[in-house]
Amino acid sequence: MDGAGRAGVVIAGAGQSGFQAAFSLRTEGYDGPITLIGDEPHIPYQRPPLSKDFMAGKMDPDSLPLRPESFYEAQRIELRMGERIEAIETAGRAVVLASGERLPFDSLILATGARNRRLTVPGAELPGVCYLRSVDEAVAIQERLEAARRVVIIGGGFIGLEMAAIAAAQGREVVVVEAQSRVMPRVVAPVISAFFQETHEARGVRFAFNAAVTELRGAASVEFAHLSDGSMYAAELVVVGIGVVPNMELAARAGLEVGNGIRVDEYLETGAPGIYAIGDCAWHPNRFAGGLARIESVQNGVDQARCVAATIAGKRAPYDAVPWFWTDQFDLKLQMAGLSSGFDEVVVRGEAASRRFSVFYFREGKLLAVDSINRPGDHLVARKLLVAGVEITGAEAGDPGFDLKTAAASRT
Amino acid sequence: MSFFSKKPKETVSVTYVSHNGAVREVAVPVENTVMEGAVANNIEGIVAECGGSCMCATCHVYVDEAFLGQLEPIAENEEEMLGNTAAPRQANSRLACQLKLTKALNGLRVTTPPNQQ
Ligand SMILES: Cc1cc2nc3c(=O)[nH]c(=O)nc-3n(C[C@H](O)[C@H](O)[C@H](O)COP(=O)(O)OP(=O)(O)OC[C@H]3O[C@@H](n4cnc5c(N)ncnc54)[C@H](O)[C@@H]3O)c2cc1C
Ligand code: FES
Repeated sequence: MDGAGRAGVVIAGAGQSGFQAAFSLRTEGYDGPITLIGDEPHIPYQRPPLSKDFMAGKMDPDSLPLRPESFYEAQRIELRMGERIEAIETAGRAVVLASGERLPFDSLILATGARNRRLTVPGAELPGVCYLRSVDEAVAIQERLEAARRVVIIGGGFIGLEMAAIAAAQGREVVVVEAQSRVMPRVVAPVISAFFQETHEARGVRFAFNAAVTELRGAASVEFAHLSDGSMYAAELVVVGIGVVPNMELAARAGLEVGNGIRVDEYLETGAPGIYAIGDCAWHPNRFAGGLARIESVQNGVDQARCVAATIAGKRAPYDAVPWFWTDQFDLKLQMAGLSSGFDEVVVRGEAASRRFSVFYFREGKLLAVDSINRPGDHLVARKLLVAGVEITGAEAGDPGFDLKTAAASRT
Repeated sequence: MSFFSKKPKETVSVTYVSHNGAVREVAVPVENTVMEGAVANNIEGIVAECGGSCMCATCHVYVDEAFLGQLEPIAENEEEMLGNTAAPRQANSRLACQLKLTKALNGLRVTTPPNQQ
């Protein structure tokens, strides 16, 4: 598609999704100007390693960027880092930067992501109370972790547990505080929560369930975390992982519809034609969620970026990709396909005791999702079953003699 | 960038051959993966969507026969992903993110497939 002499595409936010949109526009053959604008000081980089190999010091930091700086020049992508978009003129078709500069666009892709939900209890602003989203925050945690003996982690979700695993592996005393009664409560079945809890406990991690932090105390920096159950833990480092909120204020100020993110249709387009939202900030119709969803994952950001890039390049198609996700904790890899929320039946394939098993989630007999622990074959088959909408029964899923691969191949 | 490592690194030479024969020889730090070497040098035939977590199979390469015997064996995760590559799997198929470079692999030559997705 020839975009010469036109305003081109502006991408707001240079994270995983914004980067991928720029990249995919070029691979889809879009030839016009592309401007990728991000308010972080660093060229686009990956976040997943921040709570995994990068945090553990097992990764060359130079491998964190999604592509080297030279990539953008070679692909004629104008990269403007350290710049913030303050306003969108939907009628005037331009964005306004914090500097006052005005950049016109033909298409605008909002990839503003999400930010960490902040703790609001007394003492929450003490030094040593850390969050993890950016590489700078990761480096700050690493430095504190080195000097810390005791670590309190607030939130037993993916990031909290990945951090707990790394800190425990480095010999720190770790306590995870979780408001609900089990780990990763909103996303996995109790059998998986129990398995991960046991694995963490076997490596020395302690858990405080059904508890919330009520106050953090310390002189120069954090020293104690006080919990709602009256207990108190000493800590030189507190890591807060209590979820994120979508960055949608920019869209809201421009009059675009927002709710649990920036509202888009099945083409990931907002109510304003030619303005799209993708990735962590996009509240979109998702058939795997059975309604509107906002999903925080590499898969979601990358596939949505591809979808919008194709649309802009003239190959319009609705977004319809199977969600998948992973988390690494100690030697365990949990791979997730589909979305399990709303399940009414759970079937375990394999034995939890063998440390290799999968959990199949059903609703009214229909397969919703599969979570696999050290069973990558199940995970891949699950992605195939879900994309094709292949029906399998709970009895089949739980039968070790039933060949999933054959079913995936023959029932499509 | 603040998080860039400043230590000088020992490197080995890796040659990436595209499916249509374009050849690029680059220096990649030891301990980095063949995938990381490709990304850092803008080798187009490797996508690496999952960043090396063995979750996407978009870093598929065909390894020059001369080096096959020197590679770490294929682990179960990689084996499963190799069954799911976009381009056909061959006897010398590997996932570049699972190939960590050692000094012994200096001169490694890999070919990228016509498509990764
Ligand atoms: C520690 C950690 C571990 C993770 N692990 C995994 C994992 O294992 N697997 C997985 O699938 N996912 C994982 N995720 C989630 C995944 O990284 C996110 O889903 C993904 O980064 C979303 O990309 P995005 O581009 O939509 O948003 P972001 O990555 O948040 O990027 C948005 C960017 O836009 C910028 N921005 C916002 N507003 C403006 C503005 N007005 N002007 C300019 N710039 C702006 C932001 O500063 C940010 O840089 C992890 C996330 C974190 C933080
Ligand atoms: S980079 Fe995803 S499997 Fe290798």
